[in-house]
Amino acid sequence: MTIAFVLFLVVVGTLIFHIWSPWWLTPLASNWSGMDETLLLTFWVTGGVFMAVGLFMVYCVWRYRYQKDRKSEYKPEDKKLEFHLTWITAVGVVALLAPGLIVWNKFVTVPENAVKVEVMAYQWGWNYRLAGEDEILGKTSIHNISDDNPYGLDLDDPNGKDDLLVEDADLHLQIDKPVKVLLRSIDVLHNFYVPEFRAKMDMVPGMITFYWFTPTKTGEYEILCAELCGTGHYAMLGTVVVEEESDYSNWLAQQTSFEQILAQNKTIQLTEKQ
Amino acid sequence: MSDEFDYKIEAKAADATTADASAPPIDYVPPAERPEQELYHSKSWWTTYVFSQDAKYIGVQYTCVATAIAVVGLILSLMMRTQLAFPGLNVLDPSTYYQFVTMHGMIMVVFFLTALFLGGFGNLLIPLMCGARDMVFPYVNMLSFWIFVLAILLLVSSFFVPGGPTGAGWTLYPPQAITVGTPGNLWGMVMMLASLVFFVIGFTMGGLNYVITVLQARARGMTLMRLPLSVWGIFVATVLALLAFPALLVGGIMLLLDAVLGTSFFMPEMISMGEKLSTEGGSPILFQHLFWFFGHPEVYIVALPAFGIVSDLISVHARRNLFGYRMMVWAIVAIAALSFIVWAHHMYVAGMRPWFGYFFATTTLIIAVPTAIKVYNWVLTLWRGNIRLTVPMLFTLAFIITFLNGGITGLFLGNVAIDVPLSDTYFVVAHFHMVMGIAPVLVVFGAVYHWFPLVTGRMLDEGLGKIHFWITFVGTYMIYTPMYYQGFLGVPRRYFEMYESSYASTVGLNVFITVAALIVGLSQLIFFYNIINSARAGKKAKKNPWDANSLEWQTPEMPPKHGNWGNELPVVYRWPYDFGVPGIDKDYIPQNVSPSQVSGAKADKT
Amino acid sequence: MKNFFKLISQKPWESSQAQIDNKHDGKTLGLSREKLGVRTVMVVSTVIFSFFVVAYADRMLIHDWKSMPEPWLLWINTIILMISSYVFHKTKIASDLNDYEKIKKGLFMVGFLTFAFLLGQSIVWYQLLKLGYFASTNVANAFFYLLTTIHGLHLLGGLIFWGLATSKLLKGNYKISNMQRTIELCAIYWHFLLFVWLILFGLMLFT
Repeated sequence: MTIAFVLFLVVVGTLIFHIWSPWWLTPLASNWSGMDETLLLTFWVTGGVFMAVGLFMVYCVWRYRYQKDRKSEYKPEDKKLEFHLTWITAVGVVALLAPGLIVWNKFVTVPENAVKVEVMAYQWGWNYRLAGEDEILGKTSIHNISDDNPYGLDLDDPNGKDDLLVEDADLHLQIDKPVKVLLRSIDVLHNFYVPEFRAKMDMVPGMITFYWFTPTKTGEYEILCAELCGTGHYAMLGTVVVEEESDYSNWLAQQTSFEQILAQNKTIQLTEKQ
Repeated sequence: MSDEFDYKIEAKAADATTADASAPPIDYVPPAERPEQELYHSKSWWTTYVFSQDAKYIGVQYTCVATAIAVVGLILSLMMRTQLAFPGLNVLDPSTYYQFVTMHGMIMVVFFLTALFLGGFGNLLIPLMCGARDMVFPYVNMLSFWIFVLAILLLVSSFFVPGGPTGAGWTLYPPQAITVGTPGNLWGMVMMLASLVFFVIGFTMGGLNYVITVLQARARGMTLMRLPLSVWGIFVATVLALLAFPALLVGGIMLLLDAVLGTSFFMPEMISMGEKLSTEGGSPILFQHLFWFFGHPEVYIVALPAFGIVSDLISVHARRNLFGYRMMVWAIVAIAALSFIVWAHHMYVAGMRPWFGYFFATTTLIIAVPTAIKVYNWVLTLWRGNIRLTVPMLFTLAFIITFLNGGITGLFLGNVAIDVPLSDTYFVVAHFHMVMGIAPVLVVFGAVYHWFPLVTGRMLDEGLGKIHFWITFVGTYMIYTPMYYQGFLGVPRRYFEMYESSYASTVGLNVFITVAALIVGLSQLIFFYNIINSARAGKKAKKNPWDANSLEWQTPEMPPKHGNWGNELPVVYRWPYDFGVPGIDKDYIPQNVSPSQVSGAKADKT
Repeated sequence: MKNFFKLISQKPWESSQAQIDNKHDGKTLGLSREKLGVRTVMVVSTVIFSFFVVAYADRMLIHDWKSMPEPWLLWINTIILMISSYVFHKTKIASDLNDYEKIKKGLFMVGFLTFAFLLGQSIVWYQLLKLGYFASTNVANAFFYLLTTIHGLHLLGGLIFWGLATSKLLKGNYKISNMQRTIELCAIYWHFLLFVWLILFGLMLFT
């Protein structure tokens, strides 16, 4: 009968562990509360099923333990019972799926006013590019990448001239402004993931992927790479700083545009020649 | 499948009583219409013990080789855990860590579980449970095993090639799988892909045997719906594998060419460590689609045989007919069919078209329904049963809890919006280890304790078995349940170490998990000791030691000899779950007991 | 399909069903196991080739795709393969009539034609490589080499069974029924591979 007791302990212990666990979702810092709510709903529905089935099993093991002079019931099936169980499960599944799909729909529908920010991943670090005054990011191609043009911007594209290049692991964002991150990789697969924002998406070389979110809390958040990208995967960290408008504009003012960088490079080359 | 219902012989049944007046009419079975299979009889030591063509023996060979490689996989995982919990010891460096991650995953999923369930249990159980003398193509069966051995040798030799084994993760995603920056990106990768190609070829040869034996070589009276669920599970899993492995083969061959010849099937234009590669235009996502078109059915290739075997164990040891047999068969078939249209739930955040998310989330959650029904039916089989708490039964109970735990967390990951925060975190690691790692392994242990007498004629030691059970069950539960919480917190998987990041708070948890893992890992020595010791000097098993109904226990000798059935093939009169039938003294009626021998038995109509 | 649903809704525990089931002879399909084996192999091969075709179709949409010329020799190879398939069909008819001489001639002819096909394919390879169409130059070339190789390997696999049958025939140590079966199954396999080749060739021709 130890097993009945231990199974009971396992089921109840899981609940107790949950209640006492200091480990739980990080405090949310974006608009994706829908994800947390769906997660919590799923947690309690499935947790309830786990407890119910587990405890029923404990009951069966204890109640119907072996007795020499008893015979089990002979009943190959019970259509009614099975039918009810099936539709109850189906209803439960629909109840979990529906909110999930609604949130997903929001996740893939980017609002018009979202600020575009490019995140460019490489082995193993992060760079960013902001649109500048025209609010349009210039075209890029891996062809164009060189020491002078680390982002591979298209020199013929006027939209790219005022793009601000942030060759740094820190990205600053303004609070309460929706952001559409355009994800690009120059080498292998990576994944731009900030746990507090909940969202993540792979970056695939040759493609531009995206997602959007609105930062809702000021602070510094860690960026993690969430797709195995080689030996340095675990060390591919960065920071997102969410700040009020004034701090953000200060930071923005310190960034250099592509044009300025090109000009700088030219002067450097000239001085080197002399 | 028209012949199933085409009972041409029915007409002959009418004059049967005149032909054999001594047997009661209810026992009448028309004589076999086909000649008996010609058995291969080995002549030399080599063909008896090495290149054996006896399915039982091949099954044991498969089991031993798969278990041996699993021990390698287990040791790799223990070293990884040690590194994670005690980074100060410097057990591994990052490249080795990723190589171990990769090899552990690939070994456990493909070379251990797939080979063990289909090659091991398939070969042992299919002919015996179907009432056949052997597989239909014994020679091909033998080749299948030796090609598997070749695949294993290639896999192991990748540890010794320049650069070591591949460290790309078991998913082998290009481009990183074959570019510098990933350990073992050339030779390790070539060995891995070559090994997989041979595995697929070898498996296809074995799979031919399993499918055709189940379809065409059953005993008289053995309809498909009278087969034990073990056979159903293995059969459907084999069909799945025959259709799914080609995707891996195709993806693997193309990736191999990308690695060796520099083609651009999957390789995009990219800069690798500051150097522009000559490749362009390839689509890494295409590989992911091919991989997961194999990879998702693969989960069920492992799970379905486990489902089947556990159903049989539960019925035998709870002394109750399996509840809802038909539902169980339907669930197996439905899960198998659905498993081909859910693959992209592994790719929600891989950058594929967003609307795929709606479709694959829906199909994925639909698959939860038949799976839940299976769990209900297992538990309902316990209800009003007469449960013998033998070691196999303990493992079965542990399986249900573990599978339930791992299964419901699948509802998080299948639901696309919740997968966004949780994917690629420890939540995923905990989920798939519970559902397709630990749960099937618990079934394997239960099955080994159950069928050990069938192979050796001796029982495994019950006391040691119980110690092994308690450590394994409670230990694995303690390893993986905390990992869910690491996942909630957002700790990413496949991190060599995470203490530079903000996850220092999980240090204590990591140490706890690692200690539990080391204890569970070491406790497997008890199991191996038990196996070796009991095979030599265990208690002699009586015939049909568990009072089971299925045919494998009804052979004239136990353990069965070559050809399984002595002079005469068995004749089947009933389904394998006649436990506790009212009206007779015994609480079980084996499948080959004729109606006249149990004339009092009254099975209720439902 | 309907039968399959009928099958899985049987209630094996009921005595009325048991009476029907007791008469069952344990075979599901009215096919020999060898025939079923070949069919299974054909299904698996079809799945493999389908994946290649899907990958091909997906990959060719990307801008860097450059179609490859089809040398006229490929047409000749195709005709050779067609003839070998036809001869195999004739041989199968001869084997049904148990016409030893014709079977022998037919099998030799098939072997000769098949090897000619494989040789022809290698010459195409040689020509293309000499013209500078390397697998790494463009992925269209890579697909050509890959698909022809996989198809050729399938043919080589078939030739193993052809070789076994032919050597048995020459030694005269065979059972007529076995020989008939082997020839029938090989013939089916050859037709299958012809069909696959036509699909692959068509695919590469039109894209």
